[in-house]
Amino acid sequence: MTTPLLEISGVSKRFGANLANDDISLDLAKGEIVALLGENGAGKTTLMSILFGHYVPDAGTVSIDGAALPAGKPRAAIRAGIGMVHQHFALAPNLTVLENVMTGIEPLWAFASRTARARAKLEALSARFGLKVDPDARLGDLSVGEQQRVEILKALYNDTRILVLDEPTAVLTRTEAEHLFTTLKGMARQGLSLIFISHKLDEVMATADRIVVLRGGRKVAERRASETSKAELAELMVGRTVTRPVRAPSTPGAIVLEAAAVTLRLDGVDRLKAVDFRLSAGEVLGIIGVSGNGQAELARLLSGTARPSSGDLLLFGKPMGDPGVAGLVASGIGRVPEDRNKEGAIGDMAVWENAVLERLPRFSRHGLVDRKAGMAFAQEIIARFDVRGGGPATRIRLLSGGNMQKLILGRNLIDRPHILIAAQPARGLDEGAVASVHERILEARKAGTAVLLISEDLEEVMALADRIQAIVGGRLSPPVSAELADARMLGLMMAGEWSAETGAAHAS
Amino acid sequence: MSTLFDILASAGLWAAVLRIATPLILGTLGALLSERAGVLHLGIEGIMTFGAMIGWLAVYNGADLWTGFLVAALAGAAFGVLHAMLTVTLGLSQHVAGLGVTLFASSFSYYVFRMLVPVAGTPPTITPFQPLDIPGLTSLPFFGPAFFAQTAPTYLAIIAALLLGLVLFRTPLGLAIRMTGENPHAAESQGINPVAIRYGAVIAGSALMGMAGAFLTLSAFNSFFPTMVQGRGWICIALVVFSSWRPGRALLGALLFAFFDGVQLRLQPALNGIVPYQLFLMIPYLLSIAALAIMARRARVPQALMQPYRRGER
Amino acid sequence: MRLERREHRPLALVIATPVVAVLAALALSGILIALAGAPVLEAYRRILIGAFGSRLSTTETLTRAAPLMLTGLAAAVAFRARLWNIGAEGQLYLGAITVAAASSHLLGGLPSAVQIPLLLILGAMAGMVLLILPLWLRLRFQVDEVVTTLLLNFVALLFVSMLIDTVLKDPTAFGWPQSQSVADAAMLPKLLARSRLHIGILIAMALAVIIHLVQSRTVFGLQSRAAGLNPAGAVFAGVPLGATLVKVACISGGLAGLAGAVEVMGVKSYVTTDLSPGYGYSGIVVAMLAGLHPLGVVLAALFTAIMFVGADGMSRSMGIPSYIADVTVALSLLTMLVALFFTQYRIRR
Repeated sequence: MTTPLLEISGVSKRFGANLANDDISLDLAKGEIVALLGENGAGKTTLMSILFGHYVPDAGTVSIDGAALPAGKPRAAIRAGIGMVHQHFALAPNLTVLENVMTGIEPLWAFASRTARARAKLEALSARFGLKVDPDARLGDLSVGEQQRVEILKALYNDTRILVLDEPTAVLTRTEAEHLFTTLKGMARQGLSLIFISHKLDEVMATADRIVVLRGGRKVAERRASETSKAELAELMVGRTVTRPVRAPSTPGAIVLEAAAVTLRLDGVDRLKAVDFRLSAGEVLGIIGVSGNGQAELARLLSGTARPSSGDLLLFGKPMGDPGVAGLVASGIGRVPEDRNKEGAIGDMAVWENAVLERLPRFSRHGLVDRKAGMAFAQEIIARFDVRGGGPATRIRLLSGGNMQKLILGRNLIDRPHILIAAQPARGLDEGAVASVHERILEARKAGTAVLLISEDLEEVMALADRIQAIVGGRLSPPVSAELADARMLGLMMAGEWSAETGAAHAS
Repeated sequence: MSTLFDILASAGLWAAVLRIATPLILGTLGALLSERAGVLHLGIEGIMTFGAMIGWLAVYNGADLWTGFLVAALAGAAFGVLHAMLTVTLGLSQHVAGLGVTLFASSFSYYVFRMLVPVAGTPPTITPFQPLDIPGLTSLPFFGPAFFAQTAPTYLAIIAALLLGLVLFRTPLGLAIRMTGENPHAAESQGINPVAIRYGAVIAGSALMGMAGAFLTLSAFNSFFPTMVQGRGWICIALVVFSSWRPGRALLGALLFAFFDGVQLRLQPALNGIVPYQLFLMIPYLLSIAALAIMARRARVPQALMQPYRRGER
Repeated sequence: MRLERREHRPLALVIATPVVAVLAALALSGILIALAGAPVLEAYRRILIGAFGSRLSTTETLTRAAPLMLTGLAAAVAFRARLWNIGAEGQLYLGAITVAAASSHLLGGLPSAVQIPLLLILGAMAGMVLLILPLWLRLRFQVDEVVTTLLLNFVALLFVSMLIDTVLKDPTAFGWPQSQSVADAAMLPKLLARSRLHIGILIAMALAVIIHLVQSRTVFGLQSRAAGLNPAGAVFAGVPLGATLVKVACISGGLAGLAGAVEVMGVKSYVTTDLSPGYGYSGIVVAMLAGLHPLGVVLAALFTAIMFVGADGMSRSMGIPSYIADVTVALSLLTMLVALFFTQYRIRR
């Protein structure tokens, strides 16, 4: 057997008490696509950071063509022909495409940048792999898909032989993702070797030649794509059979929240364009879409931190007016923000303070905070929603993502709200925590809460929602009933292709 | 009105504009370089003070003027190392660390000055830089005395602005600096060491600040006295924003600023007794605030400014 | 070797931090004293004597601590809400000149019991006004308030200089630029006869306690802390960010203005442009040494006052520039920052 192009053998890495990589070995041949499958925290990113020289492993080696790479030297990895496409793009929005690509490729002390040569090389690469970009565009002005192309071109620029892609489809629409897969396969045919990190089974099965499954920092299995199934991979990845809760049929009640031709204009741009929806008690309305299409603005509107520029927003049949956050919370609206750490919690404040901050009128008298009542409230949430990792006085930063989310859900659901606005409630959580969040949402629905679920996860929306609307470029599609929707149709809707055929015909 | 016209038509005004602009140009370039790499440098006011003191002190003790200038630059660089250790290595609040450096550098200047130069009725003086005679230019009518009767550091400052522009926008090093200020993680993933770049930029920027201070005592005046920097460092910080972090515009901004200052200095005697002189002296500070208000939202701030960088931590 | 964020900070560590920082600063200044050719320990002994050696020096130290407590509180309150008010110096001067103007031209005839509270309020309001402008610029145009408050210090000082040169000039001061004096009835009662020690220090200490209670017990305290720690999270939770910052600015600017008022009404009775030896800037150090805790400010201000008063005495007897006090105080800010870093992180391996 010939020496593989890349060989990772026996790599281990420990962070404090956490063994992120435990004796992992992996090889990669020329022209091959290997998928690295695993949940968040399985050790995929750590392994790739070691490959790329960002971390020094505690044990083990990385070799290219049989020669060991020096550990912890990103430059050596680049020189050996390894390129990385990061999940969170490592790009600078204020610089041009060409500048982003050129950074670091020339000797630092060269007298002048050889811009013309770099431009020619970039254009050649772009033509060869079908990745079209304008070298002089400011990066921040490009769409997410275009930015990813730049990220890939950047990774390819240094005569790259091994391309690592970390969750490349997380930010793409389905159509964009399919286009990406075609591109990747084309690259492999041209002799490039690819490592493809993902936790999405469909993608892995569709693209990879070989699949390596990581769980809890260890390599648990290695399969040829042709010899395995989604079901097997799912079980290997999770390590147990986690069943997500299933929606029971229910009869929706009265309409509690209604938007008619609502437009939201921020800084001179229409972020939401004449959107319509109706939300009834006891149902889940799913708003599906790739992030950045107006979800954040919709959530702001319904969370009391923005007002519509035009159109009507009716709460319990009456104009919503401007109740502010406190007013909304008091009238029985629960809110789960898109970004737990940024908006949902104040990391350096105690759990109890985070529990009461948005409902201070209830937990204060004459301007004084009722600490005792707040602590009791937090304790009740902790008990009822199974929040682990600390008590009411613990700084919330010390809780895990799943437990923080349980607390955020808990502070809203404990009072049985009329409406729950949940934006990406399961994002970034591991499978167990996802199931628990979904269970809570369905419980609330059963208890009569009207749930508006904003999500970019097709599976999540199809599992939870009674009706589904897609959000694209600030517009909402007409609703389709979940029973009539399938992944293909929703994918089209998310790409902005709805019409009488999908929308009006199936509107419930 | 005629007074204003007389002022604008006098070669002395334009000569003064260049003179007033010089420390602002050097200081602004220093702060700009540091901020381009992502480090706000509020140590500038103190470093200028120290540069003014130590440059003067060197010359007072027998060094030649250029040696004094160099000593000020080196001292500035030393404070740069301190600021970089606090903000880059330890990743402390750039605001507070910078103020700390300023408080320390200025009080340290006064201490050293008092320790080495005995108290006297009139402050001791040195012979400062003399205007350069540029053959063919200095002798031109009006333009000669207006624009070509400056001391060497003034020309140096203008050249430095052009040079820094070239480095930032035309060399791999400049791109590395800008990338570090925009996204240090990206810089690192492309094989650049953001810590080294930030250290370098802060240290080089601090050297420029030291020179800015030295210009005050070695060229604009001939003696050192406490509080002589008078907030020029803070004005430089405002000018960086005004310039949108571009050296060319920083040069223009400093000149524009110096122009207003030069005009007000010359209007003062004309309006003496009618308008209190303090109102004129307020103008530079108020102008800086106005410039900030106008430019703050339009400017493209380096995205990683004030964000500490730690390897492997996002 | 890696740094790891500490999950819990034991109280002992919190208290030890500033002590270690101050000791480190003293050690570093010791090098400078040695460079000046003086015995270091002797110099420190004389600083202590200069600060506490006699009834006079003790009362002087306490007198000096009062404005430092107020500017320290001003910085602590603002910094906690991430409002970088570096303009306490200017706010102090504006408070001072307002008191001088009001008492000499307007309220001078009123009895102490009425005049003193009125003047204190006016002084505080003057400080507030000067901080509201930079806050408005931040909220409206996203202008960094650090630079604007710094620049306004110079504007305020020039404004005061203009007033005491013109309309408020004391005609009996032999041409010195000095404001008219406040009325006798405006002077704060003395705490001790035959000394300059006045009730300003009690006012400052009482305010420290009140602010501590406000921060730890009230809705406003919780909201302003949230606004400082995570503005986006605070907005999501319904904290009115702008209004909260305006309140914080009023308190912070008010405290700095009050420092000026107290200094005029307690000590000087008139305003000159050297009324404050940098109280506004020292307040920043005081606040940081106190870990932004209002009660800690009282102690940190005391330390700073000891350094300043003590160094004056030491300087006279040993020929070391009294600027050594400024150096030590500035150094203690830097050492405190470093010390804070090491309490927030711990070194692993």
